[in-house]
Amino acid sequence: MSLGKFIERLLQLIPVLLGVSVIVFVMMLFTPGDPVDIMLGDQHVTEEMEQALRRDMGLDLPPHERFFKFLGNAMTGDFGLSYYHRQPVAEVIASRLPATIELSLAALIFALLVSIPLGVLAAVRKNSFLDRLATVTSLFGVSLPGFWFGILLILFFAVNMRWLPVSGRAGFESEVAPITHLLLIDSLLRGRIDAFWDALKHLILPTITLGLPMASILMRVTRASMLDVLNRDYITFAEAKGLSRTRILVKHALKNALIPTVTVAAIETGSLLGGNMVVETVFGWPGLGRLVVESIFVRNYPLIQAAVLFYAVTYVMLNFFADILYTMLNPRVKL
Amino acid sequence: MTMAQTELKAPRPETLFQRNMKLFASSKLSMFFLCVTIGFVVMAVAAPLIAPHDPNEADLFRRLMPPAWMEGGDWAYVLGCDGLGRDILSRIIYGSRISIFIGASVIIVATTIGVLAGLAAGFLRGWVDVVISRLVDILLGFPYLIFAIALIAMTGPGLQNIVLALAYKEWVIPCRVVRGETLATTGVEYVEAAQAMGASKSNIMLREILPNILSPVLVVSTVRMANVIILEASLSFLGLGVQPPTASWGAMVADGRSFMLQEWWLSTFPGLAILLLVLSINVVSQGLRDAFDPKFHD
Repeated sequence: MSLGKFIERLLQLIPVLLGVSVIVFVMMLFTPGDPVDIMLGDQHVTEEMEQALRRDMGLDLPPHERFFKFLGNAMTGDFGLSYYHRQPVAEVIASRLPATIELSLAALIFALLVSIPLGVLAAVRKNSFLDRLATVTSLFGVSLPGFWFGILLILFFAVNMRWLPVSGRAGFESEVAPITHLLLIDSLLRGRIDAFWDALKHLILPTITLGLPMASILMRVTRASMLDVLNRDYITFAEAKGLSRTRILVKHALKNALIPTVTVAAIETGSLLGGNMVVETVFGWPGLGRLVVESIFVRNYPLIQAAVLFYAVTYVMLNFFADILYTMLNPRVKL
Repeated sequence: MTMAQTELKAPRPETLFQRNMKLFASSKLSMFFLCVTIGFVVMAVAAPLIAPHDPNEADLFRRLMPPAWMEGGDWAYVLGCDGLGRDILSRIIYGSRISIFIGASVIIVATTIGVLAGLAAGFLRGWVDVVISRLVDILLGFPYLIFAIALIAMTGPGLQNIVLALAYKEWVIPCRVVRGETLATTGVEYVEAAQAMGASKSNIMLREILPNILSPVLVVSTVRMANVIILEASLSFLGLGVQPPTASWGAMVADGRSFMLQEWWLSTFPGLAILLLVLSINVVSQGLRDAFDPKFHD
């Protein structure tokens, strides 16, 4: 893709991001309850102090000025104070973000590791028992409600078999001084194998729960595109040349068959963000998703606003990269 | 040529939609799961007649009673009772009303809006297309569940608010499909013929184009309905759905969570109900797609 096209595509993001911010702002504008009242809670303050706070938060400005103030603040990462934590919203979000990133990455890797081999096998042995099994499994994968599946996994693997922990991100004894804030990596960097195992054990069940629907979708995509590629002339030609089956599959077919898988994976990574709220709640995972759910019940609106904006911007960017990736892998497609 | 032969009428040609539906009906698996789905709908409609007990009738003497086949169970309460002694089977039967009502209303509202907006964007083009497509792009910028959660945080939980929160974003999906399909009909003979005959724009959109793009709309709405049911259950599970004591499957799973170490039946059965309904709709949708996708016709 030419640089010009890339910049053009990048510029197209501006109206979308602006629209997203308008919607988030309007949502919060119409939220019932006075922000100052909610923030003060039971504290008794004088009328003047309340007015000062109102001015300080920009609540006395007309809506359009408030929007530009919100936008300007958002660009500098200033989302105000979390009513509940008495800490800047950006700090609270930053402290919960690594857990969510770690879980999402693990789910993505799990989904790719499961779906690609299964999808390829199902396509190569079309209509075999394995193919049918994979199809049925993927149908279940997209139909299982994540929160329920998570509970069943806990019940079996954690409660009955006692192989894995019930919830949380790590035990007390496996705390390591943070470097990247991703526990798996930090524990390895610090040479704490025990902490690594502990973090890995905590990660397994939430990863499967979050990654299963994605794995199911990717399996279907890989199977379909592999079937498509295997019918192409160049595969027949490679077979006629007498190349081995494995060589044809790996060197010729897979390379092209994976283009749709990679693209869909990039798009679906965005949907992992939504799934995080449910999975983090089930497994007591201390990430951003659970923080948002908790914030709703304590009406911590600045935090919800910032988190929704953050999720949306991440989602838009992921879709943008999926687009770019698709064009780079598939030169016939023009943006 | 005899008279009898000339009077013979040519059989009415089967429309593509009819042929596709026949193809769909020939799949036993799809028909079986269609029956299961219809069974759920009947259960929801006839809940007061079918449910053995009042779903909200609590009795602490029956608290956490196990299913009938386990020790301490009672055949009058086949699937056991919850933490307040309410009959789980009756609550599952009544809970189907919420799932199906929300699933169906969201899809009906969203499909109607999405189809109209998609037709307008694809056929009228110009500024209408620009406005609708930009709005679609912006709404697509939000992860679904987060958008719904943010709206519910604002409006508060409740049946109507949940339907609205989900429909606000859901219409985008049929809209994109219909816009694409409508764009593909530009320059097609039947549209040009209608234009030449002086048909009004709304007439062309609704009478000519719409009937020809119904198949993809139907496929998309079924697969989305399965999705909406899971989303509603997820919202209920998080405590943002229909509020207690109204029975909803997601909330039943959440309630049972604190008892799951011993009383597994509290969460298991409502979860199975969600799985079965969503799976059935997904299989039906898959069958429709196989029947409608021309690639599968060979």
